[in-house]
Amino acid sequence: MNLGRKNISMIKINNIKLSIQKKLNRRQRTLVITIVAAIVLTSILVGGLLISDQRIATNFEQKNLSPSIEHPFGTDWLGRDMFVRTIKGLTLSIGVGTLSAVISAGIALTLGLLSATMGKWMDRFITWLVDLFLSVPHLITLILISFVLGGGMKGVIVGVSLTHWPSLTRIIRAEVMQIRSAEYVQISRKLGRTRKWVAIHHILPHLIPQFFVGLMLLFPHAILHEAAITFLGFGLSPHKPAIGIILSESMRYLSTGMWWLAFFPGIFLIMIIRGFDILGENLRLLVDPHNAHN
Amino acid sequence: MRIKRISTFIMNKSIRMATLLIAVCFISFVLISASPIDPVQSYVGADMTRVGSEQREKIAEHWGLDKSPAEQFINWGSSLIRGDLGTSMIFRRPVIEVIKTRFISSLALMGTAWLLSGVIGFLLGNVAAMKQGTWIDKLIKGYCLTLASTPTFWIGLFLLIVFAVWLGWFPIGLGVPAGVLSQDVTLIEHIKHLILPAITLSLVGVSNVALHTRQKLLEVLSSDYILFARARGEKGFQLFWRHGLRNVALPAITLQFTSFSELFGGAVLAEQVFSYPGLGQITVQAGLRGDVPLLLGIVIFSAIFVFIGNLIADAIYYFVDPRTRGGRAI
Repeated sequence: MNLGRKNISMIKINNIKLSIQKKLNRRQRTLVITIVAAIVLTSILVGGLLISDQRIATNFEQKNLSPSIEHPFGTDWLGRDMFVRTIKGLTLSIGVGTLSAVISAGIALTLGLLSATMGKWMDRFITWLVDLFLSVPHLITLILISFVLGGGMKGVIVGVSLTHWPSLTRIIRAEVMQIRSAEYVQISRKLGRTRKWVAIHHILPHLIPQFFVGLMLLFPHAILHEAAITFLGFGLSPHKPAIGIILSESMRYLSTGMWWLAFFPGIFLIMIIRGFDILGENLRLLVDPHNAHN
Repeated sequence: MRIKRISTFIMNKSIRMATLLIAVCFISFVLISASPIDPVQSYVGADMTRVGSEQREKIAEHWGLDKSPAEQFINWGSSLIRGDLGTSMIFRRPVIEVIKTRFISSLALMGTAWLLSGVIGFLLGNVAAMKQGTWIDKLIKGYCLTLASTPTFWIGLFLLIVFAVWLGWFPIGLGVPAGVLSQDVTLIEHIKHLILPAITLSLVGVSNVALHTRQKLLEVLSSDYILFARARGEKGFQLFWRHGLRNVALPAITLQFTSFSELFGGAVLAEQVFSYPGLGQITVQAGLRGDVPLLLGIVIFSAIFVFIGNLIADAIYYFVDPRTRGGRAI
């Protein structure tokens, strides 16, 4: 490093920063951010569940209004309040995202564990399966699966769950491989425990944090793909207030200048996805022993 | 020796590709034949009531739908090997022809976006890493992380609102102006219709490359030889040019080649937003209107496309970086 003046000024800046941050250390700050993100996400979820469908009933007296205090996100061509539709859509997205992320992470955990403990052929087969699912673009696989299942909620959930496990499977497989070579696992095997016993009693407990962090990090992808596939017209039915539906409907009205139909729902979707991303990343930092004391 | 090495490399890769492709074909075929969608009905469409059961059987017989699934697969597979993907129901033309013409316009879009996002992402990643911890690093990192959680189609909509509707700089959609004969369309007009979708795609593509490059350069910067170079008094651009660039360029290039999968998916969304007449748009149409031969053709084509990207990435690593060549004793 070039020493001298620059370093001194760096130290000064750091001192100023320190005095601002004196109250909280990095771990505490991460915790606070995580809690805030969790509260925001839960409140949207609860809000969406509590608001009655009455609020998005068609009301032709109030159609095509630009954003105002009464309707913060404006209204659409049927006079429905866009704010309520957005919140409802996000709730639906979070729901679909949760379910598919959980299924996907479950598949990843099972396959990762099988791959690393059940011998060479199983490993080869599962790595090949991972490659197979990565060999076709996600979105194309999604379109194919929803097409096969005839669209709708089921198509989206199955499609998203079946396309998101490969990368997590790889991570879990690598993790298991590391644990597998640990001494206590070797000793346990030599003492006559079966592969299955070792997998469940020695390896699985170590994977729980990995699993939850992986699950949280799958979330944003699941929601993104749910919105994308719905936007393309393969996903949830047009009667549901899904974000993808809202955005694809808005396309027809954009040229007339109704920008608020697309702008606010999109911004909120990004916020939600980013929120889950931050949550997952912070969880990873807090759980990972290498970073725990930073 | 060298020839032998290259030929084994190619051999291994081709076998791998073959098994994966056969599996992709097989699984997609099984999935589609298990689907509740009746191909005859989706072919006839709204006229279903006017088509008698006899005619329906004729159509089914014409496509070989009356045979068993195994027979159908063998028929389909053998014509596939001969390069015949069947006839698209929407376009009433051979699938391979449809894919070819659409892919050329998609290629213009994806190629532009790919180059732009690669170059800009690489530059941003390097700047962020060299200025680690400063506001510019935070800005770039924040931008990339936000972009990574932004749906491609929403960026497309946003650009459409700002540049096409408000400013009127660009046309609102389609690959060529409406109401103009195809031979009268000038190159300028083609480019004008290409710019917004290409920017949409590259805005999204930047984040991956930039974040990876940043991470990689930070690793390099914490190495011993950088410390030594710094001790000799090298700094800033000179340091980066002499010691950083070579070490981060290769991972960035290969990463860009392995991103073909996301590129293809992004193109589907961008083309849908801008009604750009490319491969992505007909993928959506094929799915929505039940054009099975076209959909199967696109699935196989996209698998080949992704595989070629991965192959190039592997080849670059294998031939450029001697450390990654396996099969040698320590």
